[in-house]
Amino acid sequence: MTSTLPPPERAGLARARISARTLRTDRWWVAPLLTTLGLTAFLVYGLVRALQQDHYWAADHGYLTPFYSPCIAAQCAPEAAHFGRLPFEFPWWLPYAAISLPFLLLFRFTCYYYRKAYYRSIWQAPTACAVREPHKRYTGESRFPMIGQNLHRYFFYIALVISVVNTYDAVLALFHGEQGGFGIGLGNLVLLGNVVLLWCYTLSCHSCRHVFGGRVNSFGRSPVRYWLWTQITRLNTRHMTFAWITLATLVITDLYVALVASGTVSDPRIFN
Amino acid sequence: MTKRTFNVWRGDGGAGALAAYEVEVNEGEVVLDVLHRLQATQAPDLAVRWNCKAGKCGSCSMEINGRPRLACMARMSTFAPDEAVTVTPMRTFPVIRDLVCDVSYNYQKAREIPSFTPPPDAKPGDFRMRQADVQRMQEFRKCIECFLCQNVCHVIRDHEENKESFSGPRFLMRVAELEMHPEDTADRRAIAQDEFGLGYCNITKCCTEVCPENIKITDNALIPLKERVADRKYDPLVWLGSRIGLRKGADTPLPPNTRTTTATPEQ
Ligand code: SF4
Ligand code: SF4
Ligand code: FES
Ligand code: FES
Repeated sequence: MTSTLPPPERAGLARARISARTLRTDRWWVAPLLTTLGLTAFLVYGLVRALQQDHYWAADHGYLTPFYSPCIAAQCAPEAAHFGRLPFEFPWWLPYAAISLPFLLLFRFTCYYYRKAYYRSIWQAPTACAVREPHKRYTGESRFPMIGQNLHRYFFYIALVISVVNTYDAVLALFHGEQGGFGIGLGNLVLLGNVVLLWCYTLSCHSCRHVFGGRVNSFGRSPVRYWLWTQITRLNTRHMTFAWITLATLVITDLYVALVASGTVSDPRIFN
Repeated sequence: MTKRTFNVWRGDGGAGALAAYEVEVNEGEVVLDVLHRLQATQAPDLAVRWNCKAGKCGSCSMEINGRPRLACMARMSTFAPDEAVTVTPMRTFPVIRDLVCDVSYNYQKAREIPSFTPPPDAKPGDFRMRQADVQRMQEFRKCIECFLCQNVCHVIRDHEENKESFSGPRFLMRVAELEMHPEDTADRRAIAQDEFGLGYCNITKCCTEVCPENIKITDNALIPLKERVADRKYDPLVWLGSRIGLRKGADTPLPPNTRTTTATPEQ
């Protein structure tokens, strides 16, 4: 049998021995630095707020912050618990939204974009392109525990359900007018804007793109899948943008609700 | 006409070093022009690989001020007026001389991919392909095989020992292309993970950043391939099905006689 082997690399040749970590002259360290700061700021804010167990529900206007949705602890304000409450009180270290927050965190942790972001900025593999990484050995996502990143799609399914819950919260808040019934205040716009952007982030997910269309081989024979894939692809190219925007809108929404709930600011009403 | 300092890697990989030259630069030139001027004036034995000078042959890959680029597409006007230009060979591949690398690694990896496998009963002229069917793969066919993506990928750039188990973005993209082909019957998902090392890629997108053809390698090839591998290998239902013998269709093995070593993880 004839060999299909190509000629091997010529023996005795070596790579260019350049000791500098990189010869790049641009400011390649800025992006990883900003990423680290941004992610840390969000995590610290989120942790503080999730453990605060207060100022999550603006009763007058029915605003519930996404960080406490769904509110399931026995201590939750009864009207804030849109999906019922568990019969026991939560200790101080357990967020009231303990059934959704861990999954949202895992959804973002295994997200292809955030993976890129923290592999580069926090794990430094690699810090920037063509900059030598500090690790001796590297196996990436090929073995335990990092192989678990392949479970991303299951967190995506859960995130879809949680997005529905958040939408429900935002819609319910529309029926807390000053005189009862339908009403709109600034807070409603904040909640709705946040929900729309959360949907953009969730639907632009790479797993979403795969399950709704990317997995078929013949788009010619599946026009509906093809159409879905095309639409999701349009969102998907902006996935990174949505990843950062939603971190910001989550903080803004939560902060707004906290300020209204604590009576620090009053909610400007637009209609009723 | 202005003078510019060029630091160029001279010699082979092990014993080479940067040599400094003062060289003339004219308006509208690219780095390759200046290297040719060096050859014509001060360094007649400077080795440079090039062919088209139009960004289409993929021969002139090198690293310019630390960034993997095509020398024929790197305009001199993009550097600051007094900036020195440092030109080194690609770091991931062994150096033959000066700026010329031995890129056999890539040819080796290309041969390991099971080729297009149409249905056995397909006759010539049987395929009817629509634009929608070829759309995704068409992007990957723009590749000019410059191997800049292979060079920048930290999996092998910073860890030479991974070369055996990792095929690199360009060839994982080739696997993705065949996997998406509507008329292809081979299943390369298991070997993509086990033999071609898809799991080593941590989707940090440097390949996409350097690709001169602007192919979205990570978003359109590697991540979709990771999702397909997850269908095959990390889906609990599929796993259960394979345990109780429901799964149809066998994985395609590596083509025979394409690996020099037999030390693959599976054997
Ligand atoms: S995205 Fe993957 S293949 Fe591309 S450079 Fe990064 S690790 Fe390598
Ligand atoms: S994918 Fe892009 S960077 Fe990689 S070899 Fe092809 S053209 Fe070059
Ligand atoms: S949420 Fe980012 S890829 Fe799925
Ligand atoms: S010489 Fe052909 S790509 Fe540069």
